[in-house]
Amino acid sequence: MSADAPSASSGQQRTWRKPPAIANPYVRYALFAAVAGYFVWAILSLEISWQRIMQGIPRAVTIFGRAFPPDFSRRSLMVDGFVESIQIAILATFIGVILSVLLGILAARNVVPRLVYLVGRGIIAVARSFHPVIVAIVFVKAVGFGPLAGILTLVVYSIGFVGKLMAEAIEEIDAGQVEAIRASGGGFFKVLLYAVFPQVLPRQVGLSIYQLDSNLRASAVVGIVGAGGIGGTLMNSFRRFDYDFALAILLVMIAIILLSEALSGRIRQGLT
Amino acid sequence: MTEPSYRWQRFSFSQRLLRFAAYLGTVAVLYWTVRYLDIYWPWVWDAPQQIGDLFARMSPPKLTGLGAILKALVETIHIATLATVLALFLSLPTAYIAARNTTPSPVLLWLGRFIVVSTRSVNTIIWALLFVAIFGPGVVAGILAIAFRSVGFIGKLMGEAIEEIDKRQVEAIQATGAGRLKVVLYGIVPQVLPAFFAVAILRWDINIRESTVLGLVGAGGIGLILQGSIDLFDWQSVATILIAILGVVILGELVSAALRRRVL
Repeated sequence: MSADAPSASSGQQRTWRKPPAIANPYVRYALFAAVAGYFVWAILSLEISWQRIMQGIPRAVTIFGRAFPPDFSRRSLMVDGFVESIQIAILATFIGVILSVLLGILAARNVVPRLVYLVGRGIIAVARSFHPVIVAIVFVKAVGFGPLAGILTLVVYSIGFVGKLMAEAIEEIDAGQVEAIRASGGGFFKVLLYAVFPQVLPRQVGLSIYQLDSNLRASAVVGIVGAGGIGGTLMNSFRRFDYDFALAILLVMIAIILLSEALSGRIRQGLT
Repeated sequence: MTEPSYRWQRFSFSQRLLRFAAYLGTVAVLYWTVRYLDIYWPWVWDAPQQIGDLFARMSPPKLTGLGAILKALVETIHIATLATVLALFLSLPTAYIAARNTTPSPVLLWLGRFIVVSTRSVNTIIWALLFVAIFGPGVVAGILAIAFRSVGFIGKLMGEAIEEIDKRQVEAIQATGAGRLKVVLYGIVPQVLPAFFAVAILRWDINIRESTVLGLVGAGGIGLILQGSIDLFDWQSVATILIAILGVVILGELVSAALRRRVL
């Protein structure tokens, strides 16, 4: 540690400096300049109007003033909305999980031919890329307003998430068991049933419960574009400036989400 | 050695009972759902045909208006990036007071946790509704909506990262007589920096996806022209926009994967 010897002998005051994260100064300053340039470009191109922001502040005060105290009086409307959201979430999870198992198999490199794998992965990637609200708006146009559009949306949403993790879980299984079943003369379905499923099912149950929780969250918002559930009620109360009712809905929504998150976390902990 | 007289079974009796009860419960819940859900069944049987019909009307995707779409895509990325940066600024103090080992007081701890929970539980699109009501339609509402939603997410993960730090390094800095700011800067920040970059990149990726829907409630981005084309029943343009959204989301994923490899 002689290099760190105190500088008292040389008499010169040395101060320690934090080493920079990027050693090369040219790269460092070029990066800083690029980041700063990007922000200037982004902010200028977005045409942000400060005047409107200033006008918004008194409006925010009015809205929040009107929202308090939250109005819980229209209980039946609220209960109907939440029950529908929960039903949408349950049904969508059930259908979605079954389809995800199917797609998970199709998208697992180690059990299907390469072409099928690519198609399966493609479907999952597309399902994952679109935000549920965008999927919902397309389904609302295709099958009409109501919970059916919501269910279809969340099925797609579930496939995107569970399908992907399912495929990854299948790709990580122990190949020895697959070989053992094959060696005993088992065909494709026997291999799936006795070698693949037993290895991934515990994971699948946990995923399903997680997805039920996610779907419950998402089902609250697909209603905003008309796909059933509490989202529609919330949207209407917003449109009619019933901010006190909207706040009541939001508070119940947060409570339900927290409850479902805690519950699903507890169950998943119990499983493993 | 005598042959055991019973048959091998994978589960014990009580396990089988439990599994049976779980199946029964699932079936009961499904029955309740299907029975009481307000669904018009003819529409269900009709659905595959309707969806197929819609896709038929979407093809081939129309390439006119591609310039406007590209401009909206750039706007979408800007919204996501600016909102992520704003959220990072807002969420670091939140994480600091929401972490058990750095919070200055129990009151602030609960305030921090309240901010984390409430901002995280309200969906982006609901935040967007609120901010559109306040600031009027436009990108400002969109940026704020995404930023507010991200605060809870980043605050939670960063708070957890702060709670997991090695406290000996903090003590070492304290022992040199450093003040609170120096302790944070030299004792805590270096330990949570990798987590910070990981969370920031992850959230940026998510925010690109989220900012594609803002336009549906008038808060800017590609969703605005998507809604416009849907209202005009211009399905071929809708197809182009959907493909464009797919492209930007995949681009975001590739960029964030590259950043993650580079930075972490």
